[in-house]
Amino acid sequence: MNREILINSAYIVASILFILGLKMLGRQTTARKGNLLSGVGMLIAIVVTLLDRHVINFTWITVGLVAGTLIGLACARLVKMTAMPEMVALLNGFGGLASLIVGAAEFFRIRGGTVTPEHPAFTATVIYLTVLIGGITFTGSVYAFCKLAEWLSGRAVTFAGQNFVNGLMLLATVAAGAAYVLSGDPQVALLAFGGFTLLSLVLGWTLVMPIGGGDMPVVIAMLNSLSGLAACAAGFIISNNVLIVAGCLVGTSGVILSAIMCKAMNRPLANVLFSGFGAAPAAAGAGAGTVQGELKPISAEDCFGVLEAARQVVFVPGYGMAVSQAQHVVRELAEVLERNGAEVRFAIHPVAGRMPGHMNVLLAEADVPYEQLVEMDAINPVMTTMDVAIVIGANDVVNPAAARDPASPIYGMPIINAYEARTVICLKRGKGTGFSGLENQLFLLPNTRMLYGDAKASLQGVVAGFKSLAEG
Amino acid sequence: MELILLFFIFTLAGFLGFELIAKVPSQLHTPLMSGSNAISGITIVGALVAAGADDGSWITTVLGTAAVTLAMINVVGGYLVTDRMLGLFKKKGAAPAKKEDPAS
Repeated sequence: MNREILINSAYIVASILFILGLKMLGRQTTARKGNLLSGVGMLIAIVVTLLDRHVINFTWITVGLVAGTLIGLACARLVKMTAMPEMVALLNGFGGLASLIVGAAEFFRIRGGTVTPEHPAFTATVIYLTVLIGGITFTGSVYAFCKLAEWLSGRAVTFAGQNFVNGLMLLATVAAGAAYVLSGDPQVALLAFGGFTLLSLVLGWTLVMPIGGGDMPVVIAMLNSLSGLAACAAGFIISNNVLIVAGCLVGTSGVILSAIMCKAMNRPLANVLFSGFGAAPAAAGAGAGTVQGELKPISAEDCFGVLEAARQVVFVPGYGMAVSQAQHVVRELAEVLERNGAEVRFAIHPVAGRMPGHMNVLLAEADVPYEQLVEMDAINPVMTTMDVAIVIGANDVVNPAAARDPASPIYGMPIINAYEARTVICLKRGKGTGFSGLENQLFLLPNTRMLYGDAKASLQGVVAGFKSLAEG
Repeated sequence: MELILLFFIFTLAGFLGFELIAKVPSQLHTPLMSGSNAISGITIVGALVAAGADDGSWITTVLGTAAVTLAMINVVGGYLVTDRMLGLFKKKGAAPAKKEDPAS
């Protein structure tokens, strides 16, 4: 009994550390410490679980702990900052799979008669939920990983009746779950268990399928939430409070992040998840707000000329900056601009990039101080005072069609009003549309100049201009 | 009664989660996500119980060991990746943090 009290007290401490850690993660100055605190909480939870009187055999535990630690270490050390979205997706998938397996292990223990649950129907229900949520999290995350790592096309993959098929599969898992919970026959239970395990894995894959690359931040946040809920459901199986508390915290935080992302795109969550947005190039809307014009290229030298005279400059980064690894040269340009007397800001759209806060991480990697990073709502009111807005590989988040063209699929999405700056310089790899398949009206505006080519190389050209100016 | 208690805790933790996360600046979204992702590795507690329960069934042992490994990857990878990211955020003029990006 004493040991049980000790273990549960330690779980309370761990829960407190998770809560404090999450709270501190929400503030720039305390974030790193918060992460450390929550890590300590995790360590405590792991160590006291080893004291549990049910844990007798340590051989395999040691194998698992050592293998997991080594792989985790390798993942964390070797991954490049630009590959962070797919890394997070993959780690998340592992968490989901672990929960699924915990559910499966409990299923076999009960089946083997080593554990007799107090409330058989309830335990069966939560085992079902753990496996279902864990399975969806796993394959969903793996699919998201493949999309983000560009192993698979980032475009939404849709087919006729997709939602219908998914709905049918979900119904089938519910039916299998009901058969498992209600049937007393061990053969039926095993069959049903196998059935919904398989279906949940297929479902994870097919549910993420119709979601395009541009909507990845929402998907990643949702999957994160699901992995928490899977852990939470596992907590109900073994009646463990720390799993329930920690899993639930993760679950809600993921839901909130998804909601923030959806709000930033002004689209309801259901639309993001089920509409197959960006599957096919959208027809160019000829609506009232359509801009007619042509693309006006600019050379790096002319670009330098414009920037040399600028006093207020704002950078608007997007996924293209990550692709061309341009964040370091962007910081370099920002520095020479500041030395030249300009005030430099970075305007970050909430859904720029492929995961929540993606651009912030990249710019931080390049040593851009975070005071220079400005959120959308803060930059838009002063956008008209900007001499130059430099759009680096961002597309939909600066497309004025979102504000003006009711026929546009992204109509209503809040954007960074880069078009209000005196001059807009857009860096782009080539002509063609972005991830969502929309023609960007910003590129056609009279005050917009296009700097074609690899963003990194183009910006290096501009920086070289400033350097020769300083020497001359 | 015990079940009700579990739901009680679940409900309170849910509300607490909403309160905690509601006002986080967008700059911290990525670390918050990967940090909470690491916390979801708490499922390792269930995995440890499954792997360590010496109940003579190889299925449970195999499953338990696999779950411990996967959850541990999630935990270790998650916390370290988050720490690495947070180490990059710095104020203007702050002393440059120790170089900790061997990959790039």
